[in-house]
Amino acid sequence: MKTVLRLLATASAVAFASSAAMAAGELNVYNWGNYTSPEMIKKFEEKFDVKVNLDGYDSNEAMLAKVKAGDTGYDIVVPGDYMIKVMIGEGLLEEVKPNEMENFKNVDPNWVDVWWDPGRNYSIPYQWGTTSFTVDTAIYDGDIDTLALLFDPPEVLKGRINMLNDMNDVINAGLRYLGYGRCNGNQDELREVLALLSKAKPHWRTMDYAVIEKLTSKDVDISQSWNGAAMRARAQRPTLKYAYPKEGFTGWMDNVAVLKGAPNLDNAKLFINFMMDPENAGLTSNFARYANGILGSDKFMEPEMLSAPEIVMPASAPAPDFVTPCPQEVVDLYNKIWTQLKQ
Amino acid sequence: MSGREPQTALAAAIEQNRRNERVTRAWLLAPALTIILAISILPLGITVVYSFLTPGTYGGVTWEFSTDSYVQFLFQRDIFDDSLVFNSAYVSIFLRSIGLALGATLGALILGFPTAYFIATKPREQRNIWLFLITLPFWTNLLIRTYAMLLIIRDEGIINIMLMKAGIISSPLTILYTDTAVFIGLIYSFLPFMVLPIYASLEKLDFSLVEAGYDLYANRLKVLFHVIVPLAKPGIVAGCILVFIPGLGAYITPELLGGGKKLMIGNMIAMQFGASRNWPFGSAAALILMALVILVLLANALAARRGASNNG
Repeated sequence: MKTVLRLLATASAVAFASSAAMAAGELNVYNWGNYTSPEMIKKFEEKFDVKVNLDGYDSNEAMLAKVKAGDTGYDIVVPGDYMIKVMIGEGLLEEVKPNEMENFKNVDPNWVDVWWDPGRNYSIPYQWGTTSFTVDTAIYDGDIDTLALLFDPPEVLKGRINMLNDMNDVINAGLRYLGYGRCNGNQDELREVLALLSKAKPHWRTMDYAVIEKLTSKDVDISQSWNGAAMRARAQRPTLKYAYPKEGFTGWMDNVAVLKGAPNLDNAKLFINFMMDPENAGLTSNFARYANGILGSDKFMEPEMLSAPEIVMPASAPAPDFVTPCPQEVVDLYNKIWTQLKQ
Repeated sequence: MSGREPQTALAAAIEQNRRNERVTRAWLLAPALTIILAISILPLGITVVYSFLTPGTYGGVTWEFSTDSYVQFLFQRDIFDDSLVFNSAYVSIFLRSIGLALGATLGALILGFPTAYFIATKPREQRNIWLFLITLPFWTNLLIRTYAMLLIIRDEGIINIMLMKAGIISSPLTILYTDTAVFIGLIYSFLPFMVLPIYASLEKLDFSLVEAGYDLYANRLKVLFHVIVPLAKPGIVAGCILVFIPGLGAYITPELLGGGKKLMIGNMIAMQFGASRNWPFGSAAALILMALVILVLLANALAARRGASNNG
């Protein structure tokens, strides 16, 4: 009997070890859709003999909802700045200490002590950009660097505006136009924001995330936009110009992080280190059309990326404003404003 | 004694047989019951439970009982002071969705009835071809069909280009991203659901009754409204229900063709599980929508029963 038990134990141990060895050859990446360079993934697969499985999401909130539901099997996620802070707070990320890895020396020091992950114990830069708006200068040739174009538009742009269908992006732009602070719980100021948005809404044609399509189909002539999307739209409509409004605009960074309980933890760590290699960061930027936070990656980027006005900010532009997650009371107020606006 | 024994044996055998039958029936029912339980009752139960909980900080729920979600639907703590006031926002979102769904139903009926009548009056061997043409759009995904409609009605789309080339209009008609566009999209998507049931009723129609109507000096309109429509009524009612209910919860059509400036029920519910971080309210709104649908079905069932008893 004893020998049988021992045999069984050995057999199961062998089975276990072999399945573990098989699993060592995989990595499950959960990233925003159409945002991962196939070339970069191929390079990682060949270098480490690991099979990468890719899955996509379209908002931080959708990703969070799925991860919170548990047992996703994903190793890598790429949350935006505020979402990194939320997920660290909720205990959903593994503390993989990228700051002790070999390639960490390549991370731009400006992106190390960030408020969402001070010192970078959990995450590394993936891509960063800005959220502002882009205008067809053949239609409107005045000064474009003001949010008045969205909230108090000149005659030619009335009814030709697309806003992002995003509560935070729209309300934050309104707060900036009125000169009020973000994550604002001040009721008098929010009342003014609601009045401003309600007054501007008849001039908006659509509220939609599909920025590139709305602009290139000429459904609209001005659209709230991320800088990379603006660059991709400009490729098909060359008179588009990305604005850096004097009232301010949003900055954001997406970050590579490892989920707690990742089934392929070792490969996930390899991937984190791999993504801090300038060449791989450059491949990602060439695909997604945003800047990354890795020093030396410009050597591997397409020349037009290095001079694109969507990426290289003019000296006169205000610094991008990285918006922290708002407390629940403020989110509740924003929700009410948003519902009121869209009822 | 000897007479009773076989009888008890027989009774026992019948009893045994019945028991076997019951077991067999239970086994045969098991797959259907499992499916109903797993993909209908269970998710619905979760939705009901969630609607009575408190929203978690970053989505999800905390296990504290609360009826806030239902209160929130009709009332709100005033945005700016804390009094409980009637809030028309969600009600008006529901009313707009109901209005659009009713409009689409009416539009589909106006287009669908003549179509069905046309097919039903064709020679028998031709009808299948016409029916095939009606169902043909279903071979393509709804999203793609809606997107195709978007390409047709947009400012630089086929309709506007043709009208402008013909010199009928000088600047493009603004159809896309209006309620009209949503109407067109909904009618287009759901028209076959209207045509098929009406056709099924009309196909069985005895046309000698129509001739009898004419013989009794009824004009065409009278024949239509006093003979054909009453006989096609079951099909018309079924068609209206089949268009109204999916129209009420439509998500893709208003999102793509409406331009996203106004919330519809479906989009409003989806938002609660994303940016609004309020799963309980999303669950409550979904249940309120379902209650509305059930009300419509109940009203229809009652009307049908009354109709049946009147006829009987």
